[in-house]
Amino acid sequence: MGTSPPQQDSRTRATRPPARKVRRGLGETPLGLLLSAPYTAFVIVVFLIPFGFGIWMAFHDFYFTAPGVAVDYPFVGLDNFTEVIADPAVRQSFGNLLVFLVINVPLTVVLGLLLASGLDAAVKWRGFFRVAYYIPYVTASVATIAVWIFLFNGNGVVNTFLGTLAPEPSWLASPSLIMPLIAVYVAWKNLGFYILLYLAALQNVPKELHEAAQLDGATTWQRFRSVTLPAVRPITSLVVLLTIITTGQIFTEPYLLTGGGPNGASMTPALLMYKLGIQQGKPDVAAAIGIILVIVVMIVSLVSRRITEGKDR
Amino acid sequence: MTAPTTLETRSARGVRVLAVLRFALLLVGALAALVPFYYMVIGALQAKRDTSALGLLPLPGNLTFNNFIEINESVNLLGSLLNSLIFTAGVVGCTLVFGLLVGYALSVLTFRGQGFIFALVLLVQAIPFQLLMVPLYVMVVRYFGLADNYLGMILPFAINSVAVLVFRQYFLQIPRDIFDAARIDGASELRILTSIAVPLARPAVLTAMLVTFIGPWNEFLWPFLVTKDASMQTLAVSLANFSQTNGAFLDNPMGAVLAGACVLAVPVVVLFLLFQRHFTSANLGSAIKG
Repeated sequence: MGTSPPQQDSRTRATRPPARKVRRGLGETPLGLLLSAPYTAFVIVVFLIPFGFGIWMAFHDFYFTAPGVAVDYPFVGLDNFTEVIADPAVRQSFGNLLVFLVINVPLTVVLGLLLASGLDAAVKWRGFFRVAYYIPYVTASVATIAVWIFLFNGNGVVNTFLGTLAPEPSWLASPSLIMPLIAVYVAWKNLGFYILLYLAALQNVPKELHEAAQLDGATTWQRFRSVTLPAVRPITSLVVLLTIITTGQIFTEPYLLTGGGPNGASMTPALLMYKLGIQQGKPDVAAAIGIILVIVVMIVSLVSRRITEGKDR
Repeated sequence: MTAPTTLETRSARGVRVLAVLRFALLLVGALAALVPFYYMVIGALQAKRDTSALGLLPLPGNLTFNNFIEINESVNLLGSLLNSLIFTAGVVGCTLVFGLLVGYALSVLTFRGQGFIFALVLLVQAIPFQLLMVPLYVMVVRYFGLADNYLGMILPFAINSVAVLVFRQYFLQIPRDIFDAARIDGASELRILTSIAVPLARPAVLTAMLVTFIGPWNEFLWPFLVTKDASMQTLAVSLANFSQTNGAFLDNPMGAVLAGACVLAVPVVVLFLLFQRHFTSANLGSAIKG
């Protein structure tokens, strides 16, 4: 029926009945503009304006006033940034993220790939395992962290089990153990999601590759190294990237477990932004931390991509 | 079965050993994932906190529902649950409405500025929340005056790019002829959306509903920032605040926190168990935070 010429925009693949041939300035179906309008308004109010506002704030002396009071917020250039960079608490919080990454990334990649490879084989109880790994991921952090407090408190389950081997000071009070503990917690919580990512990738590896390697006399380990690992490399790259992005957002875990203590040993930039910006009324400084954090996360992501995608096997 | 002398039987044994090892590994992983949930339940049922190996068994002498009563008296469980439900329903509702409207506009219609809107959808996903947290707080709480208000809680979650992309993808898969036939029959574009596109997209709507339910239900940071009034706090927030102040006046404060944790966790876990096949990695992508 439709004899109208094919649309330029291949995404819409539309062929319209002849009556619609007449194009107006707004396109064939201007209703689309109307349907998108509320969404667009939301994007502007909830994303674009705060985005610009945050950057503006970081370069001005911004503070809270009583409602309705009009005041000037003077431009201060890079003052907020120099204050942030000179602050040892900020540096410590970024250092804590590094400790987190060093433990969390290998743990996530190794366990995720290992358990996904196990699931990829035809094993009994496959459905059960998938569900089991996934349950921590869908459960609220607030709920699972409560259990971790029950487990790792001074007189918690783990220390009772360890008896005299319990670390002193205990997990949550130890400056050297708290960040590794949070890294393990986050790996535990999110592992199910990464297992599913790996599983999907493993199921796409052609069976012929494995069979050919087997015929050539390759052992299971050799097949894993030469067939599986290269095949899931893009997913590993993605997993590392997602882990780095999540790392930048860590807030709930240290807030509930320790409040950032002991002595800032579990302070993260996001938690520091809350403490400085909202509790202590320095939103301009917090906005500067946010910008630095995003830049650092971007740089680390780029470096990780080079490492994980870089060399040819 | 004689002695494993030939290569054949040796490798067969190797395969068996490997299978046993693999199963053991998977089992250990599943235990590690689930044991904390056992502790959540058992800790919530203990009359007196007991972290010894024996005490962690369900001993009839130390079992009680008292912790649930105490957490209910401490944080007004029902009110918090209602707040969680309103917040979650608001987010899911907005996500579906905006997702369907924009997804439809981007896939079925052609209009000026379409490319711009599509770019906007992708851009939203790229802006990290750390950049928005403080300015959004200042705007919503200080300028809009929406602290302790459902609108203020819902606002940043009202639009969800993942939902838009899911619906757009779904509508693109529907054959064009169906829409064209309706147009020839004289249906308006709006009518086509409500009577044809949305009913056809019902499976995608269900998946989007289930997946977007979990995010706001579990969300802590944002509702925590914008609610100071206890009667407006969601369960995740009031439970977190309670665990911070730790009601020392209770018999078993840890037990009360774990009882609250059970109440917070159960709806999502049940939903997940009932509708497992909807929860694939592709759907969950960035939908779940918290």
